[in-house]
Amino acid sequence: MTEPSIRQIAFYGKGGIGKSTTSQNTIAGLAEFGDRIMIVGCDPKADSTRLMLHSKAQTTVLHLAAERGAVEDVELEEVLLEGYKGVKCVESGGPEPGVGCAGRGIITAINFLEENGAYEDLDFVSYDVLGDVVCGGFAMPIREGKAQEIYIVTSGEMMAMYAANNIARGILKYAHSGGVRLGGLICNSRQCDRELELIETLAKRLNTQMIHFVPRDNIVQHAELRRMTVIEYAPESNQAQEYRSLARKIKDNTNLTVPTPITMDELEDLLVEFGILGDDSAIQHLIGKTAAEVAVV
Amino acid sequence: MAQNDINKIKDHAELFHQSEYQELFAEKKQFEGGHSPEEVERVAEWTKGWEYREKNFNREALTVNPAKACQPLGAILAASGFEGTLPFVHGSQGCVAYFRSHFTRHFKEPFSTVSSSMTEDAAVFGGQNNMIEGLANSYKLYQPKMIAVSTTCMAEVIGDDLQAFITNAKHADAVPHDFPVPYAHTPSFVGSHITGYDEMLKNILTTLNPTKPTGSWRNGKINIIPGFETYVGNLREVKRIAKAMDVEINLLADNSDVLDSPNTGTYQMYPGGTPLADAADTIHGEATIALQAYSTVRTRKMITGWGQPNQVVRPIGIRGTDEFLMKLSALSGKPIPAELEAERGRAVDALTDSQAWLHGKRVALYGDPDLVIGLVQFLLEVGAEPVHIVVSNSNDDFETELRALLDSSPAGSGATIWGGKDLWHMRSLLFTEPVDLLIGNSYGKYLWRDTKTPLVRIGYPIFDRHHLHRYSTYGYQGAINLLNWIVNALLDELDRNTIVPAKTDISYDLIR
Repeated sequence: MTEPSIRQIAFYGKGGIGKSTTSQNTIAGLAEFGDRIMIVGCDPKADSTRLMLHSKAQTTVLHLAAERGAVEDVELEEVLLEGYKGVKCVESGGPEPGVGCAGRGIITAINFLEENGAYEDLDFVSYDVLGDVVCGGFAMPIREGKAQEIYIVTSGEMMAMYAANNIARGILKYAHSGGVRLGGLICNSRQCDRELELIETLAKRLNTQMIHFVPRDNIVQHAELRRMTVIEYAPESNQAQEYRSLARKIKDNTNLTVPTPITMDELEDLLVEFGILGDDSAIQHLIGKTAAEVAVV
Repeated sequence: MAQNDINKIKDHAELFHQSEYQELFAEKKQFEGGHSPEEVERVAEWTKGWEYREKNFNREALTVNPAKACQPLGAILAASGFEGTLPFVHGSQGCVAYFRSHFTRHFKEPFSTVSSSMTEDAAVFGGQNNMIEGLANSYKLYQPKMIAVSTTCMAEVIGDDLQAFITNAKHADAVPHDFPVPYAHTPSFVGSHITGYDEMLKNILTTLNPTKPTGSWRNGKINIIPGFETYVGNLREVKRIAKAMDVEINLLADNSDVLDSPNTGTYQMYPGGTPLADAADTIHGEATIALQAYSTVRTRKMITGWGQPNQVVRPIGIRGTDEFLMKLSALSGKPIPAELEAERGRAVDALTDSQAWLHGKRVALYGDPDLVIGLVQFLLEVGAEPVHIVVSNSNDDFETELRALLDSSPAGSGATIWGGKDLWHMRSLLFTEPVDLLIGNSYGKYLWRDTKTPLVRIGYPIFDRHHLHRYSTYGYQGAINLLNWIVNALLDELDRNTIVPAKTDISYDLIR
């Protein structure tokens, strides 16, 4: 059983949006405050802890379970490693692409951690979850007794916002039966048009907040190449300060809400409102046309 | 064919012995392309040797006849032992049909369990709608006092969240908000029926009881947890002993009246079980005694969390029963009555009567961890020598406990514990290192056929002999029952082996 005093948070978002980078940098910030933290990577790629451990990919629970034949034959110490500032790191792992069931893998791994007492003496548990809430397994971290606060990493790109809205629908589904709440949107900037206002408006429509706007900075890339968080690689940099301030906001966050997801039409209207899309009649002549075709018109 | 006379319809056991079927089988052979009888015989012989045994024990990705069942079966058995409780399995109908027939074939009683009938669409979209509709239908049609939900593989693989589904079903008014719906995740691909039993019992008790005891008041009762118990005689024996000692017990998951109900001519859907009010007061018991260890691990952990003393005592054989009575006496302050002391004396007398036939007999056995420990305890008491012990649902703690028990007696030190092995492994063991007796469930019948080792049916399931589950294996009475089954199986075998006139019947004695 999990102690109620632990704050369990989860990062969701569209694939490739920068969940793992954002979450690890945020956790590094929290670790600097002296919090005791465990990261549970819920992604078969197992890249949720590499910046903490300075390693390519740590041995996952399911990899060892598959090797040994049963998850009962895995010891906690083999899969729970300590990284930057004592942050505990676990990766659930999962099947090879194209086979098996990754969702079941996450369920198995989290059950394993619970049964083996991994959830003790902690202030924060952070789940880093691949993609949208697509099945019961990917929803595991937001079930009763698990993560109570969800942070959605997004950007001003339409598909990222679409995914964010979809995740909000998943949270809403569980908000009534469990106690899961949306903690806010984290805008991981892609330098799109009017990104800040767009995400702030989306957040409002989803009945939440944009908790932080993380600007784009190449230093993140440099740190990643060294398998480090920015906070560790360049502690004095502006970007490190950004992540620290995100960490601080999450630590102090009391604005936890039940989200109010919007429809696809409403989402498109929002983009129209911001002049990113024209309204339907204005863009009719553009739909389904290639750039070359549009140039001719 | 010969079926024309409706007064002489043959049972299938004899039907196929008739000449027309025998001819048909013989003629079919030409189309079957099988190997010659000599070749079949040669390979069959080879499977009896050491070379095959070694190959057999190197098996990694195949299990043949494991001596265990899957989690939901145990969960359902636990649920069936409570008053007015309908076991509800969230999953496909087929699984649940098997659970019901498995119990019906053993207990020869109707067994009520419903399913949420998940099909392909539920596998894709999740089973929430099935759960809501299923709970609503079950509640209306069968008027239970509690619905205990467990799962099958399909619901587990897609990760259905029972907690959320049940809450949502209550929001949707499928069942009243205060109606108890305990649930247990019971994936069949993990653990075995004993894990499922534990998980369900724990969740039933958590659902019914408050989270903390109210003050320091206690109800004066001793809680008894049977574990995965398929001998209704055992449950009755425990109640009889408690009554004889004037000790108030709260026997949890007591399905003795459910699975052995009197035939009164009127069907009763819920013929007994532990009253829900008693189950809900478990937390205020003086102490808990679990009669099995490995099917109660999590439940006992929860009880420890309540701050309630608890321990495992298996009342099998003389020593086990002694321990149980002394424990009851110590907890209640009541003396052990003369009536039970006399029973003990009779059991000891019976054991000494048969001891000469049992001493040094080599025994192979298999079954659930707790059953095996109880039987080994008993075998060592009568001087028999356990040799091969196969436990498919084994674990490290169990093997350590069993090893210590075996090493406590010279008769046990030669035994090998084969954890995680199955009955096809047992077959190799019986051929290469023969024993005098095999103890196990009905599936041992195939081993008996192949190896000719006499089989004593003790365990679960027993499909092919009647009424054994009505007897007890617990208490001094149970010790006499075990003795009766074991020693008389040996004597039957002795008669069979000395039956040829003028050849082996020199000792075909009337007196044994």
